[in-house]
Amino acid sequence: MAKMTLEDLRKLRDQRKKDLERRDVDGKNVQIIVGMGTCGIAAGAKSTFDAILAAVEEFHLEKDVVIRQTGCMGLCYVEPTVEVAMPGMPATIYGKVDADVARQIIQKHVVEKTLVDNHIFDRPAADIIKK
Amino acid sequence: MAYKNFILVCGGTGCESSKADEIYKNLLAEAEAQGVKGEVQIVKTGCFGFCEKGPIVKVLPSESFYVEVKPSDAKEIISEQIVKGREVKRLLYRKDQQKDIVKLEDIEFYQKQFRIVLRNCGVINPENIEEYIARDGYAALEKVLFGMKPDEVIAELKTSGLRGRGGAGFPTWMKWDLTRKAPGDVKYVICNADEGDPGAYMDRSTIEGDPHSVLEAMTIAGYTIGSNKGYVYIRAEYPLAIERLRIAIAQSKSMGLLGTDILGSGFDFDVEIRLGAGAFVCGEETALIQSLEGKRGMPVPKPPFPAIAGLWKKPTVINNVETFANIPVIINKGGAWFAKIGTEKSPGTKVFALTGKINNSGLVEVPMGTTLREIVFDIGGGIKDGKKFKGVQTGGPSGGIITEKDLDSPITYESLTALGSMMGSGGMIVMDEDDCVVDVSRFYMEFCVDESCGKCAPCRIGTNQMHSLLTKISKGNGELADLDKLERIGKAMTKASLCMLGGSAANPTLSTLKHFRDEYLEHIQDRKCRAGKCKDLVVYSIDPVKCIGCGLCARRCPVNCISGEKKQAHVIDLSKCIKCGECFKVCKFNAVLKK
Repeated sequence: MAKMTLEDLRKLRDQRKKDLERRDVDGKNVQIIVGMGTCGIAAGAKSTFDAILAAVEEFHLEKDVVIRQTGCMGLCYVEPTVEVAMPGMPATIYGKVDADVARQIIQKHVVEKTLVDNHIFDRPAADIIKK
Repeated sequence: MAYKNFILVCGGTGCESSKADEIYKNLLAEAEAQGVKGEVQIVKTGCFGFCEKGPIVKVLPSESFYVEVKPSDAKEIISEQIVKGREVKRLLYRKDQQKDIVKLEDIEFYQKQFRIVLRNCGVINPENIEEYIARDGYAALEKVLFGMKPDEVIAELKTSGLRGRGGAGFPTWMKWDLTRKAPGDVKYVICNADEGDPGAYMDRSTIEGDPHSVLEAMTIAGYTIGSNKGYVYIRAEYPLAIERLRIAIAQSKSMGLLGTDILGSGFDFDVEIRLGAGAFVCGEETALIQSLEGKRGMPVPKPPFPAIAGLWKKPTVINNVETFANIPVIINKGGAWFAKIGTEKSPGTKVFALTGKINNSGLVEVPMGTTLREIVFDIGGGIKDGKKFKGVQTGGPSGGIITEKDLDSPITYESLTALGSMMGSGGMIVMDEDDCVVDVSRFYMEFCVDESCGKCAPCRIGTNQMHSLLTKISKGNGELADLDKLERIGKAMTKASLCMLGGSAANPTLSTLKHFRDEYLEHIQDRKCRAGKCKDLVVYSIDPVKCIGCGLCARRCPVNCISGEKKQAHVIDLSKCIKCGECFKVCKFNAVLKK
């Protein structure tokens, strides 16, 4: 690599910071959990995951968002499923999340703090289990 | 495409020696074989510090903390966690083999730690300069080169209160200021990476895990004092650290962060590595400089101090690895931020290498002022196998033993000296009831006899005399007058030696004499070693009533000196016994007696 100027160094730092921020977990308060069980993956969870990654980048949210994957959430009929937990918003499970809906979740739910209609599904049997 | 998961594999010397490199390679191969190569980034990082449970593998963002991982586990980590998103539960850290899995943020080993020096260890790939840059690397250099005058750098260090982490605790700002003001147009910066205390590996791990932090700080030092050349003096027995440092220097040079006209600022600075042959005395700054100049490593009297006449008689700043590693953070966050951590006279943190009879051996970084009890019992998890705590040796062969009654004093440069020990570079060896103080003192004195350069009489003769007295006592031939002799020689050495090797060599003996005089007396008067470490004072025998004749001890005995019929009491042939204690350890019926 050629010698850098001050400008180059700053640019490189900003660019690489995002990569490392994605790795970091501390201090991030938005959690997005993608159901990646067999059912989820079969229904397209992988492209959902990719779309979330892309949207996080688009809205510059690397600093705040942790994206995890989990097994089957039990909502196999509406896979792929995505759970979003963040302060100021109810923990919400979205179903039938394709790439397009994934982007909407990031834009509306995370950025604008409004729920994305038509894709909200309850946690299975949450209403019959007493806390 | 962006990665979804990140696997961090420890690449410190400790974990590497238990096959971490094979784990890393297997993970890469498995990720490829299972078709998830593009989804997971596998990184070899520096030491996580929790060496007791190594090799360590951490998976993010799920924060899975896997311990004692084997190369064969790679397949399952990839297939379960990366492909299916499930943690490999059997590898997660559990405390004391209990069932409960402990979450990363709840592991006590990490709870009381505060990481400045080790900020990047176990986080970034030390062989990739871009990851260092992304963690605000070279931002301090940028700030200094383009926005601070040398005076301002020194003022910032003064505000921070940073003191030399090599052991003596000299204020860093003063060292830099003296060198800056010393007349001369050629000046040098030296990084002392000649870590030689038995059981200490803080500097090795810092260089292995974050070599650029040292290079950045050396460049800042160069700019501040007006030097264009730096040397890292590192011992040749640290091959991995040297390799990582070489890579780091090459990367910095190719990117213009070392060399001529750094970042277009007009400032030139270059760093070279010099390998030391592993002599303990070369950790002493004047001896180190002699060795750097190609001469035999022997100390020279101070003054003149290196700040005035150092390498090739030019003004030289010489700092320890850990001291340097603090500096970029101080510049970035400000001296006032740093001064708030730790205690008033000893601000900041200190890295300790915790070893010996302790449950969690490893590398720990704690704010100054933390008590030894917190380090040994909270972070270290207490003594192995439920044995009784006897003492902690801080400062290696230059320090003293700290006992139960002083465990609650906060750790600072002054408090340790007041207790008859010293900060040293940060080795901390924990001893339990099975360790004999006479034996330990003899061991450290033997080390000093070997390592004394022989230049000055107090050290050359004194260490030898003390060693023979200690050997005499451990063989059971000691006399009461020997204790006074030990103290007299020790005090003379402390005062009259040329450098701190001789000046501190008597510390282990003097401090054990102070705290455990009764054990010395036992060795002399009763010819007894309660720990059973002084072999000449131990006799093993078999209790014929308790022995059931199982023959286990006879099978284990390495010199076949135990005999007896099956189901009959056995006997030990004392003329052949080498007193290894194996029979005592294996007997299930407490029939082997140790006297």
